[in-house]
Amino acid sequence: MTLSDRAEEILEALWIELVEEKKEICRVSILKDDEAIKNLVRLGYIEIKSPQNQIQLTKKGEAEARSCVRRHRLAERLLVDILDCKKKLVHETSCKFEHFLHKGLDDNICTLLGHPRTCPHGKPIPEGPCCKDAKRKPEKLIMPLTELEINRKARISYLQTQERNVVLQKLIAMGALPMTEITLLQRFPSYVFQVGKSKFAVDRELASCIYVRVI
Amino acid sequence: MRKIVLVGSPNVGKSVLFNALTKKYVTVSNYPGTTVEVSRGKAKIGEAEYQIIDTPGMYSLLPITEEERVARRILLEEKPDLVIHVIDAKNLERMLPLTIQLLESGFPTILVLNIMDEAEKEGIIINKNLLEKELGIPVVGAVSITGEGIEELKNRIISFPQKTRDYEGFISYSLKDEIENIESILTSSYPISKWMVALLLLQEDEEIRKMVEEREKNNFPYISQIVEKVRSRYVNPLSYEVALQRQHKVREIVEKVVKVKEAKVTFQEILSRLTMNPLTGFPIFLLIIYLLYEFVGVFGAQISVDFLEKTIFGQYINPFVTKLVTSLIPWKIVQDLFVHEYGIITLGMRYAVAIILPIVATFFIAFSIIEDTGYLPRLAMLIDRMFKKIGLNGRAVIPIVLGFGCDTMAVMVTRTLETKRERIIASFLLALAIPCSAQLGVILALLSGNAPLFAIWAGVIASIFVLIGYLSSKIMPGEKPIFYMEVPPLRLPKISNVLTKTYTRVEWYLKEVFPLFIMASVLIWIGKVTRLFDLLVRLMGYPVQWIGLPKDSAVAFLFGFFRRDFGAAGLFDLKRSGVLTGVPLLVAVITMTLFIPCIAQFSMTVKERGLKTALLMAGFIFPFAFLIGGIVNLILTTLGVSL
Repeated sequence: MTLSDRAEEILEALWIELVEEKKEICRVSILKDDEAIKNLVRLGYIEIKSPQNQIQLTKKGEAEARSCVRRHRLAERLLVDILDCKKKLVHETSCKFEHFLHKGLDDNICTLLGHPRTCPHGKPIPEGPCCKDAKRKPEKLIMPLTELEINRKARISYLQTQERNVVLQKLIAMGALPMTEITLLQRFPSYVFQVGKSKFAVDRELASCIYVRVI
Repeated sequence: MRKIVLVGSPNVGKSVLFNALTKKYVTVSNYPGTTVEVSRGKAKIGEAEYQIIDTPGMYSLLPITEEERVARRILLEEKPDLVIHVIDAKNLERMLPLTIQLLESGFPTILVLNIMDEAEKEGIIINKNLLEKELGIPVVGAVSITGEGIEELKNRIISFPQKTRDYEGFISYSLKDEIENIESILTSSYPISKWMVALLLLQEDEEIRKMVEEREKNNFPYISQIVEKVRSRYVNPLSYEVALQRQHKVREIVEKVVKVKEAKVTFQEILSRLTMNPLTGFPIFLLIIYLLYEFVGVFGAQISVDFLEKTIFGQYINPFVTKLVTSLIPWKIVQDLFVHEYGIITLGMRYAVAIILPIVATFFIAFSIIEDTGYLPRLAMLIDRMFKKIGLNGRAVIPIVLGFGCDTMAVMVTRTLETKRERIIASFLLALAIPCSAQLGVILALLSGNAPLFAIWAGVIASIFVLIGYLSSKIMPGEKPIFYMEVPPLRLPKISNVLTKTYTRVEWYLKEVFPLFIMASVLIWIGKVTRLFDLLVRLMGYPVQWIGLPKDSAVAFLFGFFRRDFGAAGLFDLKRSGVLTGVPLLVAVITMTLFIPCIAQFSMTVKERGLKTALLMAGFIFPFAFLIGGIVNLILTTLGVSL
């Protein structure tokens, strides 16, 4: 059975606190009578330990929670970079949006986005099975410039903006902005790409911040 | 006098335009970052005199590199009456954002579409009239290297309208309300429009933040509160949002005014690919090194030096001057000042003119040609991975290669490196392991005809370069370097520019060298008269003998304190008289190569890196040079190698 939106959010919050931030004790306030909590306990996702009423994730729950976080962060990436959602709304909308990305759909979105490593806030997106597959066969719509075929025309989709600010400023200076056409000319010993009539040589670190879509 | 400031991205020809307007000469090359200093000149345009200011390249008004900061400071502090924004006509889309920033800042601006010839070849057609209308400012097409468009530019400067329109709201930013809000709170006066001040504040511009903090003592907390609030509302950094929205407008304009016809792949393009492909690029690099060696090492350092040294000085000048001086001045002591072993003419002038000059001149001719073709950025991209290992990035190739010409100039050029860490490592390696052309030429002449000697020397120096670079990158804290560099098109060098550039560089060099060499002769003379010289030679004799060299070479090392090439030239004399051969010659040359930097390089390092850093470097290098010399000597003599 599927979890309620609220249950998923509880799982997310727990995962961030316990797994990602490695906190000993969870701050999530518990209402024992809460339907969602009861449901999660019943499904064996969480355990409530007395005497202090601490919540803990079970193994099964941890996997489910990780997947929830993944969906939320993918949703954010999608909304910010592709759908150009107004910034204030990103969190709210993606909170609703994530619940639609069930079983398999999240992997499709992930593939569409080129298996991004982080959400727009710079937090890591947990890897899904598709990300592992992708490392074997490069069939993606959006990919980092480092993986683009040589001499293939592409358009910049988005930049990894949470990298060091200087990196972003350099990309802006080179005119490597979203919507711009870009061609990779070579990848060794340095990456050389062309934007408009200008050619730039960059290192791997910079090149991997540019996500492109083949046209 | 009215002031005109030239600004624009790197490598668009600002300096060429500066030269054309002022009839002065500042160095011009085909790679981004040639201009690191601000140049000023005067120009008479129409009836009026103008001061023209040339600036280092800047990509945007939000600076990231030191050069950009220098350029922006000029804009902020000089209160220009007119700004000429020079752009590469091929890359309108990438360069117009800066035009718009200048307009938003309230600068009266003329736009120069430079390098129109290349744009035409690439099939780019720009509707200038329409662009003028879109931007509301004069737009001039030019090929500044041939002088095309300069007259029109002058006319446009004369007829420039007194009043310019207001560019607030030229771009409809999503941040408009916040910008206006901050604008209304700013009470003080600023060198740029308050609109731009607000915009830069929102983009986390440190320098502007400080400026506002100083001028708005009371309101500042409130202003930063607003900035903080806006920033927290956006996911992406605001500089990115602003750039995106500006780019959007630029794209609209470009679509209207530019038409592109498909252009053929040119020979230049094919050659360019070959220089960058590692399979062909490295052989091409070796070929260039070989040609460089033939021209500088053989033609300059051997044939020309031999001719000047043996024939001109040996047969004509020295005998003539010696005869003249000895007949005019009866006192031996005074004669020694001018002639004999260490005289101003027989030693100082001879070293400077006969040994150093031909080598330096040939190197700078070759280097200027390489610079103007646009090869250096290609070398930078080939070598970036290797340079990362020693804490530098590919960009550092330019100062390092220039160092083989003149280390002093190279230390100045380390400014183009972005982080302090890279600048220190590069300056250090330049001081330690990069012999300048004068020194290199003399060394090549010393080791010529003995391939094993030369191979060991090159191997030792290269290993020290890599090893010390690697170690200092491990020791020095700081951010990892990032490499990015614009690769300009390959161009055929203009002979006139190569010659002018070589001339100005050699002139600079000689001005630097001549007084030093003459001063050295005079000091040695005083030393001899007071017997101090003998004492110093005896002192220097100890470390020299420790590393297995004959006592006589102490004199050469003493010369080395003035300049390494002076010292190397001293070794040259010793080799000629047969005192120095085989292993001791090699050890002497290695030690001299690493020996302390010349006075000019040292003072440039002080100027650029600070006294403390420079002293630390020199303090390390002096004993280190002898240590390595000693080790090489020990190894070779233990192994019983004879060379």
